[in-house]
Order: sequence, then C-alpha cells, then structure tokens
Amino acid sequence: MKVLVPVKRVIDYNVKVRVKADGSGVDLANVKMSMNPFDEIAVEEAIRLKEAGKVEEVVAVSIGVKQAQETLRTALAMGADRAILIVAADDVHQDIEPLAVAKLLAKVIEEEEPGLVLCGKQAIDNDMNATGQMLSALLGWSQAMYANKVEIEGDHAVVTREVDGGLQTVKVKMPTIISTDLRLNEPRYASLPNIMKAKKKPLDEKTAADYGVDVAPRLEVVKTAEPPTRKAGEMVGSVDELVSKLKEAGVV
Amino acid sequence: MPAVNRADLDFMLFDWLGAERLTALPRFAGQSAEDYRAFLDLAERLAENEFLPTWKPSDSAEPALGADGEVRLHPGVRDAVRAYLDAGLQLATVDEAHGGMQLPITVGTAAMACIMAANIAASGFPMLSQANARVIAAYGTPRQIELFARPQHEGAALGTMCLSEPEAGSSLGDITTRARPAGADEAGRRFRLTGRKMWISGAGQDITPDTIHLVLAKIENDDGTLPAGTKGISLFLVPRLLPEIAPGGSGPNDLAIAGLNHKMGYRGISNCLLNLGEGTRHRPGGEAGALGWLVGEPGQGLAIMFQMMNEARINVGLGAAALAWRGYLLSRDYAFERRQGRPLEDRRAPAPVPLVRHPDVRRMLLAQKAIAEGALALCLYTARLADLAATAGTEEERSRAHARLDLLTPVTKSWPSEFGLEANHMAIQVHGGYGYTRDFDVEQLYRDNRLNPIHEGTTGIQGLDLLRRKIMGDGGAALAALLEEVRATADRAAAGPGAALAPGLRDAAGALEQAARSATGAADPVMPLAHATAFLHAAGHVVVAWLLTDMALVAGAPEGRLWAARHFHDTELPRVAAWLAPLGAGSRAALDAPDGAL
Repeated sequence: MKVLVPVKRVIDYNVKVRVKADGSGVDLANVKMSMNPFDEIAVEEAIRLKEAGKVEEVVAVSIGVKQAQETLRTALAMGADRAILIVAADDVHQDIEPLAVAKLLAKVIEEEEPGLVLCGKQAIDNDMNATGQMLSALLGWSQAMYANKVEIEGDHAVVTREVDGGLQTVKVKMPTIISTDLRLNEPRYASLPNIMKAKKKPLDEKTAADYGVDVAPRLEVVKTAEPPTRKAGEMVGSVDELVSKLKEAGVV
Repeated sequence: MPAVNRADLDFMLFDWLGAERLTALPRFAGQSAEDYRAFLDLAERLAENEFLPTWKPSDSAEPALGADGEVRLHPGVRDAVRAYLDAGLQLATVDEAHGGMQLPITVGTAAMACIMAANIAASGFPMLSQANARVIAAYGTPRQIELFARPQHEGAALGTMCLSEPEAGSSLGDITTRARPAGADEAGRRFRLTGRKMWISGAGQDITPDTIHLVLAKIENDDGTLPAGTKGISLFLVPRLLPEIAPGGSGPNDLAIAGLNHKMGYRGISNCLLNLGEGTRHRPGGEAGALGWLVGEPGQGLAIMFQMMNEARINVGLGAAALAWRGYLLSRDYAFERRQGRPLEDRRAPAPVPLVRHPDVRRMLLAQKAIAEGALALCLYTARLADLAATAGTEEERSRAHARLDLLTPVTKSWPSEFGLEANHMAIQVHGGYGYTRDFDVEQLYRDNRLNPIHEGTTGIQGLDLLRRKIMGDGGAALAALLEEVRATADRAAAGPGAALAPGLRDAAGALEQAARSATGAADPVMPLAHATAFLHAAGHVVVAWLLTDMALVAGAPEGRLWAARHFHDTELPRVAAWLAPLGAGSRAALDAPDGAL
C-alpha cells in the first residue's frame, strides 16, 4: 500500500508572529518557516507504518511556494520515499485555501492511487481544520479525523479519535483519510546522514495549472489584528476590596 | 526564549563568510547552502528541544560517583547527548571515507555554537568525542580507526583527552603516567599504563557503553626511569572496554574513576580524576595496568595531541562566545520589558520607563553585542581558516591559511573567554538583583563561562603562545600579513558610512605592530613575556575591531552591525594603546618586585 502525506510549509512554531502594518495578514518576510507540526506527526506515522511492514511507499506532497521543497526535503529526510511539489503561489503571503488544496490533492490521488492519506488535522498558521474533510467529500472516501492511534487491519483502519470528552474508536474502510492529532506520536529528528541522503530522493515539481485547478482565493480577509495586550493588574488589600472591585467590573 | 539568534548566525555564515563558496572546493563538491541550512536547523532544534531544557536541572544535580565506581549523569544530559548522537551530528565534518558527511568545519562550528549556547556542559561530550575521533582518523592505523574512531562515529562511544595530572597541568613535560611495553597485535604496539589523570571531562559517563581515552604518557626507559620533558611524551588509545584482540579478550580495562571535581559551573559534564592501572577493580589478562595502544611513534605524543588541543581551543572560544551571545540576548529582552526609573532627561515622568531607556543600560547592551558578535565572528572566521588550511585550492592558499590559523588560535581561545565573561558580567548587571538569583539564567551563564579562561591552556599560556611562539618565533611575519588585511579593511571603511571606524583601526594596528617589534627586538627576552597577556588582549581587540568593521561593511548588513562596531571602536579600541604601553616602556615591575612585595 502507498500512503500520501500532504505537508504544509508554515511559520515556525517558535516564531513570535507579527501582523503586517496594513492588517492584511501575518508578516512572513524573512521569517523562519518549517513543516506544520501536525504534518510532521503524519509523516512520522506513515514512516512507522512502513517500518511495521504495513506500507510499501510514503509519498509527501506540498502545495505552495517553490521554497516548500525545503519542507519536502525534511519529509524525505525523515523517511518519506519521494515527494511532489505543486507550485501554486509566487508570494509566500498568498495562502492557498483548503478547498483548492483538497482539489489539487484529489488530482494527485487520482494519479498516485494511495490506499491511505495521512494529513495533519490543521495547519498552525490559519487553523482551518478543513482540508482532510473536504478531500474526503471530494473523493467520496471515508474519513477518521483527529487520530490518537492508528492501526491497519486488512482493508480497514481502526482509528482512535480525540473527541470532546474522551476518545472514540472507529473502524473505517480503506482507502481512507486520517488526520493526525497532537498525541498520535512524537516525530523523530531527521538525522544529518538522512538529510544528506534525502537530496538524492526524487522530488517532482508540478504547478497548479498542470492539474487544471484554479487556486484563486474565494475568501476575503477583512482584517488581521493582534490579540489585545493584557491590561495591568491591581493589588487589593483585602477580600472585601476584591469582591467590591469585581462587582464594579460587573463580573460577579 | 531561544538560546540563539539564527538570523545573526546566518548573516555571519552566509552573508559575511560566504559559506556556500566553500562548495567550490573539491572536498565540499555537491554540497549546497541548503544543506548547510538544513544542518543548522537540525542543530538548532536539538539545542532548543533537548539541550536547553536540561541546562538548569543538570546544574543543580551534578554528576555522581556511585559505590560501584560508575558515574551517573543527569538523565536529561544523557538523553540530550543521545539525541545528538542518534541524529548523527558527530558525523558532520568527518571524511566520507569514514562514513561522515564531510561538511565544512565552518558550518560544523556554527552548528556547535547552537548546542553550546543551549548547554555548554553537555556539549562537551560530543565536542571532545569529535576532536578525539579526528585525531585517531588522522594519525591512527586503519585497524585503530576501525576499533576506536568508528564506534565514536556510530554513536556507540564517546572520547576524552587525558593530558593533565594532579601535579602537571600547564607543564605537561612533568607528567608521570608510565607506559610499559606489553606486546603487539593488529591494533599496533600495546602497552600497560599506570598513573593518574586529572581534570578529565567526560571520563566517566553513562551515555554510551564505551569511552575512548586519548592518554599522554611516557614510555619507561630500560632502567625504569622516565624520559624527561615533552619530547618523552607518547600518545595512547585507552578504551574503557577492551576489544576482543586484547589479552584476556573483551571486558573492562583497568581504569577507575577515583573522584569527581565539584565545579563552580559547567556541571552537566563529569570532571574526573581517572586512575590507570590500579589493578583493583579490573585486571585485563590477569594483570594490573591499563591496556593502551600507541598512536604514531614514541615521543610524538604532544605533537599529535596538539591537533586535538587546537581544535578544543577553538571550541573553548566558541563556547565562551555562545554564552556571551545568549547573555546578550537575555539581557536585551529583559531591558526592553522591565520598567524601572525615570529617564535622565525627564526626572518627573509619570511612569517608569523600560531599562533600555537608561544610557548605562544601553552601553551594556551595545558592549555585549559587540563582544558576543565579535567573538562569534572570530570563531567562525578561525573555523574557516581550518577549512582553508586543509582544503584550499593551492598550496600557497593552504599555507597562508595555516599560518593565520596558527597565529589566531590563542586569540580565538582566549579573547571570547576573557571578554565573553565580561559580557556575562554585564548581562547580570542589566538584570540587577534578579540577575544574581538562580531564578534567572544569567548567573549560570557567568559560572559556566568562568571555566573558559582556564581550561585547554589558561589565558596566561595563550599569551605566551602568541607572543613567544607565534610572534617572536617568526619575527612577526604572520602578524604583518594579518595587519595588512586589517588596514585594507580600514581603507574600505574610510570610503563609506564606516569612515569613522578607519582611523582608530589603523592606529590600533600600528600600536600592535610597534609592540611586536619591541618584543622581538628586546635585549631581554623575558621582559616582553611579562606583558604577554596584555599583548594577547590587545591583539584580540584589534582582530575583533577588524572583524566587526568588516561585517558592518557587508552590503545590506543590519544597521546594528555598524553601531556595535562604532561602540567597540569608541569605547574599547583605546584600551589597545594602554595595554601595550608597558611593554614598549620595558616595564619590569612584575618581574623585579621582591616576593615579599607581592
């Protein structure tokens, strides 16, 4: 079986995000970018399935600017076998919306015919949490989102999902789409020797036009703003004073 | 907050030193800047995720020596170093022929800076091991490489350097560790070693099963005496676990950790008294005496060991630079956040202002920035010299790089160590009382950094090395070549926005040249050496001022580069003349003062 793992190049989780002066979005110029952490978990899971003998090939796909090939190299260094880059934007500030991503992935899936798609549950830049579900709808495949545990049993996947209030285990028929949650695994470091070897692994470069998918945005960003800064606190002398202050503030 | 600032590091490595140009050399053919960045990304992640979190805990829980004679490290240090080895970072600069990645030392040094900034003590394990394995790869026989370097490359062993003894540290000619011939096998000439080695970092550890010690010892004469002086020193490979070929087969060697040193800082790594040949715990082949294999020829020990020592010296400077850098970043952040006092120009301002509004705090931030970036630049520049000395295209380029590397090694070791400590002093000062508490990070940076002027040759030893061996030894030729470049940079600065930097740089270069001439021409050869440390500081200041200027002149350099250079020129460069004046005047106060006057 072949596994397809979509990976997104996002602002690094360590970077203190700043909103652009004109409020049109987040400033990404000269900012450190890396693989979306949920996608890293997906890559790790795919590699573990391969190591366990359940999977023959792991293919990583990224959609975005040309520099996303660095993100794919990371996936290859972790252990993916080959990669496909779909260049769909010239400017790092141009976000490709989930529907366009899902349509492109659907085309890739037509060609590649994987038995399983493992994707991050969401990307930490826009927190859309939509691509996996849309892809499932476009393909008519089953889906198991927010996976905490994945087991392949013949032509089914048994997936434990993180849901409100606990864990839910579902059995889905393959081919299927599984999105990964934070606790599924702890991704490995791509070792230095594997980083160097990854250069020799195949990385196909395509464009959105090759697949005939229109990636023009359908959503309009009205405004992007930083969260309000926290107001200074105030020391109170007694519980009574605290209570009266809270009443003044209208919170009790 | 992150331990390093990648933008700073990338600027130095790529925009200033042009690391990607190294890929034009045959040794680095096929590599790319993208590879180097990916390597640095990995090092940075390991630094942040593995080394930094264990930095503080491993300071309060020092390594312990168990009743079983085994050293137990803080588990966090064990895990961090394990992660480093599993990620194969120890292979970065190793030859492809030995399974390495053959990346430039320049890039490896930048990666090591990330690890050191996060946890200088834990970084000592891979740093020593990499230098150890490099010596074996350069001087060992193929079988020695296979038995003793390969396990280190594969992450199954770590390495140490065992030079000092309780009675001989800076004076290695006086060591008394004894080697008796004990046959030969496929790994070479075998010896039984007895003696005591002091200050051995990483000698006892529970990260990898094996530890490969590189030990300096003297082969005893037929009459049982030891040859005198440094020429009698030989180098031996002494593994903790013996290979199959040893008499009695594999098993523990006759080594014992006799005690641990309880240090001021740098506590994550064990520092041990290592006894060889006690014969109490283990007797390989039924006999007392640690088994060791000779590296190179008898009497070559110190010369060979100097390769490891020179690499370690650059790494000491690098560690000191990394700690200065982190202290600068921490205190800068603090100064922008912490509000205290009113500005000088408006004493009645209604609210306190951030610390950074106070001129004295600004002074300390700029001073730290210049030291940290200057020291880091010096180490990376020196690392590039090491690459060029080994791999540059022509013999002439290689020997020029070699001469410069030789000249600068004592400066690269000591300048960051001395002035990085000053930077950490200021980092504490910016934090005020909080900086003195263990609830903040800067006090530990200072304690960790205090080792650096001492180990791998004290500052005093480096001063003697520079002035006696590197300047007086070659009549100042290597220095003259360096100063020529310093002046060329001053000329370039004079033509642009850095014009204000040019005169000071030329004056300081002139003062250094003059002092070198005084030292070389002095009738009394001892007098100049009494001023060797001052000369070393002056030389370091000139070199750092040069590098800061050179970086500020890079097209598109961040504005802060020029300000750091300006501050250093205005406040620090004037010290050069003051340091050198007593040498020029032939001051003998320290030499002539009677003991009773001290």
